[in-house]
Amino acid sequence: MNCNSTTKNYYRTEKLPHIWCPGCGHGTLLNAVVRAIEKLGLNKDEVVVVSGIGCSSRAPGYLDFNTLHTTHGRALAFATGIKFANPKLHVIVIMGDGDSSAIGGNHLIHAARRNIDLTTIVFNNNIYGMTGGQYSPTTPYGDFATTSAYGNIEKPFDLCSLAQGAGSTYVGRGTAYHTRLMQNLVEKAIQNKGFSFVEGLSICPTYYGRKNKKGDAFEMHTFYKENCVDIKVAEKDPEKGKNKILIGEFHSCPKPEYTESYQVIIDRFQGMGV
Amino acid sequence: MADKALHLNKKWCKGCGVCVGFCPKQVLKIEDNKCVIAYPEKCIHCGQCELRCPDNAIYIGGRSDEQ
Amino acid sequence: MSNKKYKLLQGNEACVEGALAAGMRFFAGYPITPSTEIAEISSQRLPLIGGKFIQMEDELASMAAIIGASLTGLKSMTATSGPGFSLMQENIGYAAITETPCVIVNVQRGGPSTGLPTSPAQGDVMQAKWGTHGDHPVVALTPNSVQETYEYTVKAFNIAEKYRTPVILLMDETVGHMREKMIIKDPSEIEVINRKKPNCKPIEYIAFKPDKDMVPPMAAFGEGYRYHVTGLVHDETGFPTNNNEVAENLIRRLVEKIEKNIEDFSYYEEYRLEDAEVVIVAYGGVSRSAKYAVDELRKKNIKAGMFRPITIWPFLEKQIREVGLRAKEIYVAEMNLGQYFLEVERVAGKYCSVKKINKVNGELMTPDEIINSIGGNI
Repeated sequence: MNCNSTTKNYYRTEKLPHIWCPGCGHGTLLNAVVRAIEKLGLNKDEVVVVSGIGCSSRAPGYLDFNTLHTTHGRALAFATGIKFANPKLHVIVIMGDGDSSAIGGNHLIHAARRNIDLTTIVFNNNIYGMTGGQYSPTTPYGDFATTSAYGNIEKPFDLCSLAQGAGSTYVGRGTAYHTRLMQNLVEKAIQNKGFSFVEGLSICPTYYGRKNKKGDAFEMHTFYKENCVDIKVAEKDPEKGKNKILIGEFHSCPKPEYTESYQVIIDRFQGMGV
Repeated sequence: MADKALHLNKKWCKGCGVCVGFCPKQVLKIEDNKCVIAYPEKCIHCGQCELRCPDNAIYIGGRSDEQ
Repeated sequence: MSNKKYKLLQGNEACVEGALAAGMRFFAGYPITPSTEIAEISSQRLPLIGGKFIQMEDELASMAAIIGASLTGLKSMTATSGPGFSLMQENIGYAAITETPCVIVNVQRGGPSTGLPTSPAQGDVMQAKWGTHGDHPVVALTPNSVQETYEYTVKAFNIAEKYRTPVILLMDETVGHMREKMIIKDPSEIEVINRKKPNCKPIEYIAFKPDKDMVPPMAAFGEGYRYHVTGLVHDETGFPTNNNEVAENLIRRLVEKIEKNIEDFSYYEEYRLEDAEVVIVAYGGVSRSAKYAVDELRKKNIKAGMFRPITIWPFLEKQIREVGLRAKEIYVAEMNLGQYFLEVERVAGKYCSVKKINKVNGELMTPDEIINSIGGNI
């Protein structure tokens, strides 16, 4: 097979190349996720990758794990059923920005609130790509999309703040450019026993990039390179973080996990009559 | 370093040019919408292209991996 | 040795007893009248046997969660009523196309919309069949007593497992909330069917390749068979395809695996049908009034009988045709404006007159109402 060993060991190589457009950041982000799984040495039979609908949600089909491509917005609800039914499984959920925070927003806040041990990764490309470039809940104010022809008048979600506010016990943000950071965040997210949320800022040269004159894939990567600042740097020197996109580990605060708390109930009451 | 070599899977390459942009030694170029390893002798095997290729199409492998 | 237990239970309670007897180990739900007792009792009972209960954020999520749990090998169920049943439709279709066994209980109340939350109705009959988009298989069972709710909840699980399909237990508020004496059977007397597992090596497993019975063996996530599940049209390997022939074959197989096996789960009751000229077709709560009406009509020398489908979907075409061939008149009595009637008329209308008796005011149809409707026409 004409590919590196990580690809050979963790991808369904017969399904490649994937359907994503040339330069789409999703492939790069997915590689960071796969390298994190490789680094942690997880047993492939015990990994389940769940997705919803959209560009990002095609990811599981290319991966050699137990994979589930569900309905739009519902990935976390399916994943909750899987994890709760069999807590031994490592359940990783890959969603898009519209998928996770528009149609699936309710599932996101409730999965976070329960602190169920799911590793949630959002490939945020600021647009609905699969349907041809409509504005999403993370499209920046004033930006253009096929349904915001005169500029977006809605304010975007900060997905990490949303997840943290809802109770996520691990939160971080990487980008398609900052792949090492992305890998590192996903590793820690998987290791966190509880609901973890990692936002991967992606690039969509085809729709978001073209509509907003952001240049080609390389230029969009370069934008992240030049405009992202790690939160640790910004905390030390707020001037450096001014008007920048913050990346890095935002929140790590373990709390009792849902399936473990339920197991306590089972251990206490199992075998007792009604 | 001598046992390392840059490999390209042309079937998977979509010619996005991200690797070309990040290569510090101008080893790569795009021809007919595909990446080409134009100057392999200049490659320092830094792995920037492999790290950012969205299509798993370019990678540093051993010389014996040569197709 | 038989270990029968007599209990005084509600239909909703009996549903949980049946589910547990069938092997339910996972329940996800969202509170909604008049089904809530099913969730409440499941939440109390499941941990006692190592099972799992979760109250999800809505019915969309409940349906998704039971599918996820079923993919790991646990028998799973949810329970709801009209508004929640509407929200579940999307993922009921997902269960159908991914062939994931699960049981959905709908304790019907008055609709549309919020309707009459605490009142009985049978307005979701067509929704049970056509609620989710696209052509798809549907099995729906309608018990009419507490004992039957227990028995048919077991059967609902068995059909779901055997045919890898979502099965709907279509109750109504009357049946869900009435209390009756019932028998909890000894486990040895209950037939429990479990899904077929692959007996090949993981490398040889073709996840959606059907056996001769049109049903593919199902591996659980985590068992070493790594495969892909999608709601997109997929080939036998489980991966999406736009191939027209594959699409045609998949959709036909999904529907035919149920419709061609209908004999296996054609449940119904015939009451005083031998010489009946006037046949009341009724199901669920209404059938109890219909049965009483038959006896009263017989006292008036009207040769009445009742045909009661328990399997309401797929439609019991063969049985209804026979009823039509033998009867002079059929009256379809139901607490909607004539949903099951449409199917009865389609099949039996060629052979006899088919009329409808309907009620949608939130009260159970009474025997007198049925008798008067029929008496007025004879």
